[in-house]
Amino acid sequence: MNDGVKTTVSIIGGSGYGGGELLRLLLGHPNVEVRQVTSRSHLGEYVYQVHPNLRKRSQLKFSDPVSLEPADILFLAQPHGQAQHHIEEYAKLAPKIIDLAADFRLRDAAFYEQWYGEKHAAPEWLSKFVYGLPELHRAEMATANYISGVGCNATASNLALLPLVKADLLDVSSPIFVEVKVGSSEGGAEGNSGSLHAERANVIRTFSAFGHRHTAEVIQEMGVNASRVSLTMTAVDLVRGVLATAHAKVKPGVANKDLWKAYRAVANENPFVRMVKEQRGIYRVPEPKILAGTNYADLGFELDESNGHIVAMCAIDNLMKGASGTAVQCMNLMMGWDETLGLEFMGLHPI
Amino acid sequence: MSTVPCPECEAQIELTSGTETGEIIVCPDCGVDLEVVSLNPATVQLAPMEQEDWGE
Repeated sequence: MNDGVKTTVSIIGGSGYGGGELLRLLLGHPNVEVRQVTSRSHLGEYVYQVHPNLRKRSQLKFSDPVSLEPADILFLAQPHGQAQHHIEEYAKLAPKIIDLAADFRLRDAAFYEQWYGEKHAAPEWLSKFVYGLPELHRAEMATANYISGVGCNATASNLALLPLVKADLLDVSSPIFVEVKVGSSEGGAEGNSGSLHAERANVIRTFSAFGHRHTAEVIQEMGVNASRVSLTMTAVDLVRGVLATAHAKVKPGVANKDLWKAYRAVANENPFVRMVKEQRGIYRVPEPKILAGTNYADLGFELDESNGHIVAMCAIDNLMKGASGTAVQCMNLMMGWDETLGLEFMGLHPI
Repeated sequence: MSTVPCPECEAQIELTSGTETGEIIVCPDCGVDLEVVSLNPATVQLAPMEQEDWGE
C-alpha cells in the first residue's frame, strides 16, 4: 500500500478450502483489495455461496480464469499440478506470485520427480521460488517475487523439529519418526467415498504409514538424512488441525535446560511460534483444538534425560499456518509490511 | 530486586521487593512452582507440583 492506494490481489482457484480461507484473510487485510477470484466449477456464483462465512463481507463472484486481469499479487490456490503448466502466463499478469500448492516447493527437479512420480513441467522455475515458511526463509522473502506454498503436515513436522535442528541438538545418526494426526479439511473440498460422514466420523485411521509427499519438504528444509526420517499420517475426528509428534534422540549430554534455551530462541524470533509446556491447567501441551482460525504454531517437548529420547510436538491449524495464513504472512514479508498484519485472530476458547 | 535463574529452564526470574523466604513463585517461562529458599544470595528450588494422569 502506498499513499492509501491498496495493493491489488487476485486468487486463482478460489473455491477450495485453502482458497476460501485465503479470501477470508485477504478481505480483512487492511492493505489489499481483492480484485478477482477464479473458479471454473463455480463460475458466476457469489463467493459466499461456496464460502458461507463470507456472506455480507463480499459481493465478488467467481470469474473465469481466462478473463483474469493484471494485479499486484497473484495467489495460486489450485489443486496440485496445475500451476507449473501456466506459470509463464501468470507471471505476465502479476510481478509477485504466492502459490499454495505443491508445484514449486521443492528446489530440485529430480527430487520432485522422486516424490511426485512425474517430471516437473517447469523445472527452470523451481529455483525462482522461495520455500514459503517464514520461520525458515524470512530474510529471503523480503526480496522475493515468487514464494511457494507449504505442506500442512510438513509445516507441523518442520516446526516441531526446528528448535532442535537450529540449535544442533539432534543425534542425526538416529532415526526421526514423526506421527502426524490430521483433520478432515486437509483432504480438500472435492471429497471422495472416504469423506462420507458415515466413513469419516469418529475415525482414527492411519492413511499413510510412510512415503507421504510432505516428507520431501522435511528432508529439504531440515537438512536431515532422507533414510532416517519418516512421517506417518493418521486421520482423526477433527475438521481443522494438525498435531505432529516427533520422536528422536538428542546428542549425549543435552538436558532440559538446553532444550528450553533452543525453544525460547525460536519462539522469540517468530511472532506466530509459541512455547506450550505448562505445569498448570488443562492445556499443558500443544493442541490444535484452540488454534482453529489462528496462524499460531504451538511447540512443546518432553525429554527422557535417562536415554536422550525426545518427543517434540507442534500443533497448527492446517488451513492457516499450514496453508493460507502462512501465505498471507509471506505476502506481508514480501511487501515489507508488519508480518502479523491481518493475522491477529487469537482463536476461541472454549471451542 | 534481584534476579535468579530458574533451575528447570534457566529463565531469569526477577524477585520483586517484598519477596519472602519460603514463598512459592511461578517461573514465567516454564510455569514450574519454585520455593524461595534464600534471599541473600537469592536462591530458588523446584517445589512439588500436582501431576496429571488420565491413563487410569
